[in-house]
Amino acid sequence: MDFLSSVFVEPFVQIGQYPLFFVEVVIGGLLSGVMYSLVALGFVLIFKASGVFNFAQGAMVLFAALSFAGLMEHGLHWSIALVLTMGIMALVAIAVERLVLGKLVNQPHIILFMATIGITYFLDGFGQTIWGSDVKVLDIGIPQTPIDVGGVFINQFDIFAAVVAGLLVLVLAVFFQKTRVGRALRAVADDHQAALSVGIPLKTIWAIVWTVAGLVGLVAGIMWGSKLGVQFSLALVALKALPVLILGGFTSIPGAIVGGLIVGVGEKVAEVFWGAAFGGAIEDWFAYMLALVFLLFRPQGLFGEKIIERV
Amino acid sequence: MLYREAGQFKTSYARDWAIFPIAQDRIVILGLLAIAAVAVPVLSNDYWIGTIFMPFLVMSMAALGLNLLTGYAGQLSLGTGGFMATGAFAAYKLSTAFPGMPIEAVFLLSGVVTAGVGVLFGIPSLRIKGFYLAVATLAAQFFLLWLYNKVPWFTNYSTSGVISAPPRTILFTDIYVTGPQAAASTKYLFALALVAILALAAKNLVRSSIGRRWMAVRDMDIAAEIIGIKPLQTKLSAFAISSFYCGVAGAMWAFLYTGSVEPLAFDINRSFQVLFMIIIGGLGSILGSFLGAGFIIALPILLTNAPHLLGLDIPVDVVSHLEFMIFGALIIFFLIVEPHGLARLWQILKEKLRLWPFPY
Repeated sequence: MDFLSSVFVEPFVQIGQYPLFFVEVVIGGLLSGVMYSLVALGFVLIFKASGVFNFAQGAMVLFAALSFAGLMEHGLHWSIALVLTMGIMALVAIAVERLVLGKLVNQPHIILFMATIGITYFLDGFGQTIWGSDVKVLDIGIPQTPIDVGGVFINQFDIFAAVVAGLLVLVLAVFFQKTRVGRALRAVADDHQAALSVGIPLKTIWAIVWTVAGLVGLVAGIMWGSKLGVQFSLALVALKALPVLILGGFTSIPGAIVGGLIVGVGEKVAEVFWGAAFGGAIEDWFAYMLALVFLLFRPQGLFGEKIIERV
Repeated sequence: MLYREAGQFKTSYARDWAIFPIAQDRIVILGLLAIAAVAVPVLSNDYWIGTIFMPFLVMSMAALGLNLLTGYAGQLSLGTGGFMATGAFAAYKLSTAFPGMPIEAVFLLSGVVTAGVGVLFGIPSLRIKGFYLAVATLAAQFFLLWLYNKVPWFTNYSTSGVISAPPRTILFTDIYVTGPQAAASTKYLFALALVAILALAAKNLVRSSIGRRWMAVRDMDIAAEIIGIKPLQTKLSAFAISSFYCGVAGAMWAFLYTGSVEPLAFDINRSFQVLFMIIIGGLGSILGSFLGAGFIIALPILLTNAPHLLGLDIPVDVVSHLEFMIFGALIIFFLIVEPHGLARLWQILKEKLRLWPFPY
């Protein structure tokens, strides 16, 4: 009885009593959801363009953040470090295309997926061999103090992150819709063979997509890194991006954003109001269960393309 | 010269259906089993058994389980660690709740319990497949581990959360097989027997009608449905039997290998490790499960000891990072060279051997 009441009654009573607190939790959730979206975005870009389920996105986030923080530790100005890291991520993308994906053309998806897990291990080890495994503090000069907006406290940093994410999506949208390369990318995403037959260089496009995903990873890495410190656990954030993908659909950029927000809010609200009833730390699995239940009703995700199957 | 089937005639249906129709294969397998059962416990010390052979057997069992599900039935799963943990905790609860229960029954029943849990988490496979399913099975991984961590009933209200396997003897004897009194070689032989029996069962399962149904669903599930294979029963039976193997593997891990039951041993990395094994070893191959397990168990040990053997002096933390790098690179290398795994390499080798030394 106690359990039932703590699940079905008390949380709602609590919400009713402190509506402002609830709003605060929701906003906190939305803003941490933005972070998940940033990671999920990288996944979607690569999946759309090459059909590869890129498990290495988390490792790319970690690697980018490690490189950026490591370069700054060597006394470089942040802008130079940023440009250098972007160059490094481009090199990683080209290497991945040349050494891994290029050799695995026409293999089943699961083999490509396993190859990206191999890349994950390699990048994790490589990054930590070069830059060391200590926790790096990444200070890009954004205050972490909360500010008061109409009785609700919001962390300044989170607002900054949301703005950056918004800008990033905007830039990506313009890049995809308005530029020549973006058009080619969309063509490849639609149909590999048709794109190839109208003369779009597939290999170059893949290298570009991985570079873009690497840059998105860099932004995500800087955001997460300055919030949590640059350390190995950053790579684990990538696992949280998976339920986001399921919710949003593997091929939809808006889906990645909305999915991230849903997971962020759901997780925070569940943890704060229902966590006590289940013994706490339900954040670990809540997103996955949410995704699992969701999948039963809509297997292709919120914005995914309808799956049509033929024999 | 050595490996010819010339002169070996199949004179009965039983001979035709034999798992190893060629005499040389039978000799090799029996020889390997004999080495595993006699030479290993006699010649190697407790350290070797504990660090190489036991994890090899346990992980072979888990790889067998996942290979049935992913390699034969085509359902990608990342929940292996969660299922292994279920097996470990089921074995612990069963053996402490019913102290009189024979340890053999504990192992099998913990597999049965895990099969039930596996069916539960296999239900989404009826609606989704591929990577969506893989992510959905992550729910099993995270939820199950959280459950065993949080609910004190599973650990019999122990405060530390780490619990040790109770001492039990083999049925009808007073030889301890679990607990601190058990000798390493006893545990090893017990595990070997379990793995051998269950591997034989798996081999027969996949060449029976249920195995053919799994493969039909793997190759094209809609086509399979049209020719009259029920997807519900086929997919869920794959989840059940695969989870049974993973559960037994988990129980073996806790009772025979480490001697303690802790959720941490079955985290997401364990799931990936098993997945690596079946991909490196060969999807849809019983032999591949063993080859992959051997490779993935032996590789880190080799990598850790290699700089030592080469006389290089590298700091420990750098070595562990280098290990990661080399591990990742080797996996990519293997996938590029032979995407069908070690089992396929073995097959090619056998083909070559049949013609050797006169390939004309």
